[in-house]
Amino acid sequence: MSIMGSMSQKRWVWGLALIIVLPALPLFLSRFYLYLLALIAVTGLLATSLNMVLGFGGMYQFHHTVFYGVGAYAAALMLTKTGLTPWLGFITAPFVSAMFGLVMGLICVRLSKLYFGMLQISLGSLVWAIVFRWYSFTGGDDGIHGVPIPDSISSAAGSYYFTLAVTGASLLIMWLMVNSPFGRTFQAVRDNPQRCEAIGVNVKRHQLVGLIIAAFFGGVAGVLFVVVEKSVFPDMMFWTHSLEILIMCLLGGWYTFLGPMLGAAVMVTLRSLVGIYTEYWTMVLGIILMLLIFFLPQGVLGFLLDKLRPDNSAARPEEV
Amino acid sequence: MLRVHELQKSFGGFMAVTEANLAVDQGEIIAVIGPNGAGKTTLFNLITGQLKPDKGRITFKGQDIAGLPAYRVCRLGISRSFQIVNIFSRLTVFENVQVAVLAYLKRTLNLLRPVKHLAIRETKDILVNFGLMDKADRTSGSLSYGDQKVLEMAIALGNRPELLILDEPTAGMSAEETAGVIKLIHRMTADLGLTILFCEHDMEMVFSISHRIMVMQMGRTIVEGTPDEVKNNPMVQEAYLGGEEE
Repeated sequence: MSIMGSMSQKRWVWGLALIIVLPALPLFLSRFYLYLLALIAVTGLLATSLNMVLGFGGMYQFHHTVFYGVGAYAAALMLTKTGLTPWLGFITAPFVSAMFGLVMGLICVRLSKLYFGMLQISLGSLVWAIVFRWYSFTGGDDGIHGVPIPDSISSAAGSYYFTLAVTGASLLIMWLMVNSPFGRTFQAVRDNPQRCEAIGVNVKRHQLVGLIIAAFFGGVAGVLFVVVEKSVFPDMMFWTHSLEILIMCLLGGWYTFLGPMLGAAVMVTLRSLVGIYTEYWTMVLGIILMLLIFFLPQGVLGFLLDKLRPDNSAARPEEV
Repeated sequence: MLRVHELQKSFGGFMAVTEANLAVDQGEIIAVIGPNGAGKTTLFNLITGQLKPDKGRITFKGQDIAGLPAYRVCRLGISRSFQIVNIFSRLTVFENVQVAVLAYLKRTLNLLRPVKHLAIRETKDILVNFGLMDKADRTSGSLSYGDQKVLEMAIALGNRPELLILDEPTAGMSAEETAGVIKLIHRMTADLGLTILFCEHDMEMVFSISHRIMVMQMGRTIVEGTPDEVKNNPMVQEAYLGGEEE
């Protein structure tokens, strides 16, 4: 009990520290570091949304960045091609992603495990190809640049605050979902879909709902990307990018709630630092991945929580 | 309550169940016995919807349930445990049973209420009944084999079934643990009015607790009757009991 108590106390101290420190950072940091932090938040939100289905639902969502890309493109297109207020575009885009998740889910959840993942990669690549070639509408491989962002959030500090607030709110909602009856059932589906059917759970429907939720928050991350970068390009939804996000989840710990955020922070930071010295980022990534598989199969946060627990069992979401 | 009529299922060219017949009435304890590969587990999988039958009828309380998906069969009041341990290994013991109760209450698509406050009493009742309360917060994957088999049954009760199907509930258990399971089965029929259909290799247990026994051989029902009738049936002695009783 005392270990649990001190753990949840520590959690509050950490939370409070973040709430004080993060908003104060623009007073001290340069534009570059604010941009980097905003990028970590966006990528971390994307990874967390992927982990909703990957870590908590056990679904091999191999092409999650499609929903990120669709959200980003939906926002960018609404901002550049219509005269509507940008805020409407920001709000609509995640719903476009969610709709997209629904359609893709209806096709994919019939299959299980690897086949689900493979079909998703195929369909996702199809979407990528359309975006990549449709010059008149999506700008093709050039993407869309100079998306007009509202003045209040277009500065480095402004986009940082906006990203921080939206990411925080999204994480909170996802955390509530993980700890809701749906979240618990979804974890049961992850552990044993056959048994779930046998206790009266419609597994496919839960997987579909999970996928829609993940797609929605992937779309939110896409909107934030537009706000931070003021541009979109097809590579953000290329399948290798999906793999990178997946590795972030594994690196941070896919059975933990905050692990993917941690994984994103490590990878985005490393990529920026490594980029200064060498262009062989993928080589560094490969080495990280090998170390991870051999030494930390539960991810960094999963490993740490394991060490802190009395009975050495798998990490539990509500304690992170 | 449950009627199985001329049920048939083949896998590729292999007839796993050729012709199975079974009648289970309210409040009974029915055993299905037969040598390995006789089709007992396949029969159970057909009844509870894990598999779809090729031919034949299954009715539960007058309703045709053959070919329904497993989750719908469960909602009609048939719950089951599995031969191999089939639990949610990363969830705690409490959560394992809670999920089943949530499914029974149809709350599993509720997205924003904290699950901490839901189905607590029902779950605790079941855990107390099965003697698992002191292990409620342990990760279920870390339990001993015997405890996991008991948890198997506890999960199946989360759905408040009328008919409980147990696939070899005491397989791999010690004599002591087996005695515990027999006590549990008696309590479930007496206190909760459950009807139980089970299969088992432990003949002592089968003949001591069941009201009626159905014998399967090579996918076929060869005899169905009271323990005495079955014991004295020449076909059964030849097919199955002969070797073991001597």
